[in-house]
Amino acid sequence: MSDILLRLSGLTKAYPGVIANDDISFDIREGEIHALLGENGAGKSTLVKMIYGLVKPDRGEMTLQGKAYAPASPGQAREAGVAMVFQHFSLFDALDVAENVALGMEHPPRRRDLARRIRDVSEAYGLPLDPHRIVGTLSAGERQRVEIIRCLLQKPKLLIMDEPTSVLTPQEVEILFQTLRKLKTEGTAILYISHKLEEIRALCDHATILRLGKMVDTCTPSETTARAMAEMMIGSSFAAPSARRTTPGDVLLRVDNLTMPAPGAFGTPLRGIGFELRAGEVLGLGGVAGNGQDEVLAALSGERLSDTGTIWVKGADLSRQGPVARRAAGLLTAPEERLGHAAAPDMSLTENAVLTAGRRQRLIAKGFIKWSRAERFARDVIDRFDVRTPGPDVAARALSGGNLQKFVIGREVAQAPDILVVNQPTWGVDAAAAAAIRQALLDLAAQGAAILVISQDLDELMEVAQRFGALNEGRLSAVKPVDDLSLEEIGLMMGGAHDMEVAHADP
Amino acid sequence: MIRLEKRPQPSRIWTTITPLLAVLLTMLFGGIMFGLIGTPPLETIRTIFWDPLFHPQFAGFSRPQLLVKAGPLILIAIGLSIGFRAGIWNIGAEGQYIIGAICGAAAGLALYPMDSALILPLMILCGALGGWAWAMIPALLKVRFGTNEILVSLMLVYVAENILASVSSGLLRNPEGMGFPGSRNLSQWSSSQNLELVPNTGMHLGVVAAFIAVIAAYVLLTRHIEGFNIRLSGAAPRAARFAGVSPARTILFCLGLAGALAGAAGLFEVTGPAGQISIDFGSGYGFTAIIVAFLGRLHPVGILLAGLLMALTYIGGELAQLMLNVPAASIQLFQGMLLFFLLGVDVLTNYRVRIARREVA
Repeated sequence: MSDILLRLSGLTKAYPGVIANDDISFDIREGEIHALLGENGAGKSTLVKMIYGLVKPDRGEMTLQGKAYAPASPGQAREAGVAMVFQHFSLFDALDVAENVALGMEHPPRRRDLARRIRDVSEAYGLPLDPHRIVGTLSAGERQRVEIIRCLLQKPKLLIMDEPTSVLTPQEVEILFQTLRKLKTEGTAILYISHKLEEIRALCDHATILRLGKMVDTCTPSETTARAMAEMMIGSSFAAPSARRTTPGDVLLRVDNLTMPAPGAFGTPLRGIGFELRAGEVLGLGGVAGNGQDEVLAALSGERLSDTGTIWVKGADLSRQGPVARRAAGLLTAPEERLGHAAAPDMSLTENAVLTAGRRQRLIAKGFIKWSRAERFARDVIDRFDVRTPGPDVAARALSGGNLQKFVIGREVAQAPDILVVNQPTWGVDAAAAAAIRQALLDLAAQGAAILVISQDLDELMEVAQRFGALNEGRLSAVKPVDDLSLEEIGLMMGGAHDMEVAHADP
Repeated sequence: MIRLEKRPQPSRIWTTITPLLAVLLTMLFGGIMFGLIGTPPLETIRTIFWDPLFHPQFAGFSRPQLLVKAGPLILIAIGLSIGFRAGIWNIGAEGQYIIGAICGAAAGLALYPMDSALILPLMILCGALGGWAWAMIPALLKVRFGTNEILVSLMLVYVAENILASVSSGLLRNPEGMGFPGSRNLSQWSSSQNLELVPNTGMHLGVVAAFIAVIAAYVLLTRHIEGFNIRLSGAAPRAARFAGVSPARTILFCLGLAGALAGAAGLFEVTGPAGQISIDFGSGYGFTAIIVAFLGRLHPVGILLAGLLMALTYIGGELAQLMLNVPAASIQLFQGMLLFFLLGVDVLTNYRVRIARREVA
C-alpha cells in the first residue's frame, strides 16, 4: 500500500456523562478500505462526525496528506476531499435525482450539465441511475446510489460509508462492493462502518475496533474469523442463540389473499399476500426496506383494517377487528419504529407498558388503571430483558435505542402471546442485545407460540426462522424451508434487485 | 453564544417553576411598561394583584367577583385542556358557551312562568347539550372530511355571535321588555335563578361545577384508561393508533366534552351573573379560557390556580383603570405578556440553556 492519507492522533471527545471517544489514533492509507467496527454506542458515529466536520474534537488532531486538518463544517471537509454517505438518507422524496444531488452541492452546475455528469459517474462506477426519476419512487438501494453519486461528483480522497448495506439485497451489496473496489483501485480511501462481519472480511483491508469509546484492537479482516472480531467488539464471548427445531403444531395465524391500497403517496400496496403460521414455528419475512414490511405489520396489528376473510386467528376472522380485540385474541405485534410508534417517547416505561399490556395483563380494572400493577409489570420486563435504565419512571426517549428495543420486544414477549409479529426486532441493537432478543423469540416459539419475524437482516432470519419468504413490492414470494435455501435463491426471492445488471461497467 | 440542549426527559422542577417565573417576568416588564406610560409601576402592580383581595374599601366587593369570574374560565379551560392534551385544538369555546347559554335559556323560557325545582336542572342539561351540539360540528367535519378543527370551531364563534344578536332581539326577546333587546331576567325568576350558595363569596352552582370538573379531570387524566388514551393520542398519535385508540372517537369525545362544559358555563352565567340573554352576553371567557388552559400547563390543578390568577388580573385590571386611569389596552397588553412569557419560558422544561463557545452544530 501507499502513503498515509488521513492520520488521527489522540482524538478525544466527551459529552456530559460519557466519553464518546478516548484517545483514538490510527491511519487511513490511500486506496485502502478501512473498516471501523464496534457495537452501538462504541463511538463510531462520533469519530466519523469529527472527521466529517460535524463535531469538533476536545483534544487530538488530524492530518490529511501531511497537512493539519481540522474541518469546522462538513463544507470544509468536502472541500478538503472528505465525503460521507449517511446511514439515513437525506433526500427529498418529491424531487428528482438531479435536483437532490444539486441540493447537496456547494456550487451546483446547470441542470443539463448535472444530469450528464450524473450519467457519466453512474456509468463509470456501475451504479445505474436515471437523473430524472423522482426519488420517492426509488428503492432503498437506488436512493443510496443517489447519495454515493452525490459524493463521487466531488471526487473525494476519502469516502466515509456508514452501515451502507443494511438496506440492500445481496445482489445490490455485490454491486456496491464492485463500485467500492473500483474506487479503491483509483486511489480513493474508504472508511467503512459496519457491524456485519462477513462483509468486512470480504471487503476491507484493515479494521479498527472500538469499544466504549476506546480503540481496543486492529486486525486484518481477511485473516481473522468473524467470531474473533465479534469478541473483540464485545470484549467477551457470547452465546449465539440456539434454534430449537420444534415440530410445528396447529395453524394459529392464517393470512389469506391480503390486498390493501398503499397508505400514502410513498407507501406500498399489499398484493394478495397469503401464508400460514403454525404453533412453535418461526417464519421469517425478508425483503428490501419499503417493499411492504410496515404495511404487513399494520395489517396484522389492526392499525389498518383489511377486507373480511383475510386475517384469521385460531380459526376466527379478525380482519375487521382493531388492535385491542386482536391483543385479546392473543395476536401481539411490535413495530419497527421504536419511538413514536411502539412507544410514546415522552411517557414513562410504566405508561408504555400500559400501552399494549393494559388489558392482557389486567393492568386496567373497570376502566381505571392499576398503576402499581403496571409498574410491577414494567419492572418485570426491565429485569427479564436486562433493560438498562434507572427505573420504570424514566421517559422512553431517555433510553438508548437498544435498551428501548429490548423493552418493546420484552413487553410483548412477557405477555405470553399465542402469535407474535415483530418488525426489525434487532435494528440498531448491539450484538449481545440482539442475541438476547433472538433467544427470547426462539424460547417463545419453543413454548408453542407462532412467531413472524419481519427483518431486512438476512443473517438474522437464517438464524431464527424455520421458513423464509420475501416481500417484493407488496407481494410475498413462495415460503420455503430455510435449510434448503442458498443465498442466490434468497436474492431471487427478494427479486426486487432493481436494475440488477451492473450497467455498462468498464471492461 | 447561548445554546439549547434537549433534556433527556422533561424537568419536573421547571414544569412547576415556569408559571411562577412567567408571572414574575410579567410583573417586571409590565411594571416597566406602566412606568413608560406614566403610571406608578409598583402601585399599578399592587392594584392589580393585591387590592382586589385585600384593599380595605374595595375588597368586599371584588373578592366575590374572583370566583364569579374564575368559575366559567376554569370550567371551560378544563374541557379545552383535555382536547389540547390529545392534540385537538378547539378554539371555539366562546361559540359553544354562547350557544349553550341560548339553548339552556330557551328551554327555561319555554316553560315560563311555571314554578318547578326541575327547571334549572333541565336548563343546565340543555345548556350542556347545546354546547356539545355546537362542538359536534367541527368534530364531525374533522372526522368525516378531515377539516381543520381550529378554523371551523373559530369561525363558528362568529356564527354563534350572530345567532345571539338575532335571538336577543327576536326569538328570546322579553315580551314585557318594551321592545328593548334581551330576554327576561333569568336570575330574577325563582325557577331558573342561579344564586350565590354562600352569601358574599361569589360561589354559585357554576363555581361548584368548575371545582367538580377539576377533580373529575384530574381522575380522568391520571387514573382512567380514557384519559391515558387521550394523553397518548396527543403525545404520540401513531403509538395511540398502535395501542388501539380510535382517532375519530378521541376527536368526538374531546370536542364534545369541551363543548358541553363550555355550554354549561354559558348557562350558569346567563342564569346568574349575567342574568339574561343579551347582545353583549359573549364576554370573551371562551378565548381567555385558552390562556388559562395553557397557563395551567393543561393540568387540572394548574388550571384551577391559573383561572383564579387570570380572574384576579381581570378584576385588578378594572380596578387599576378605575383608580389609576390606566388605559384598558395596557391591561390587555399586560395579560398578553403573561401568555407570552409563559410560552417563552416553557422551553426550559424541555431544554437546558448552555452558554458556550460557538461550536459547529
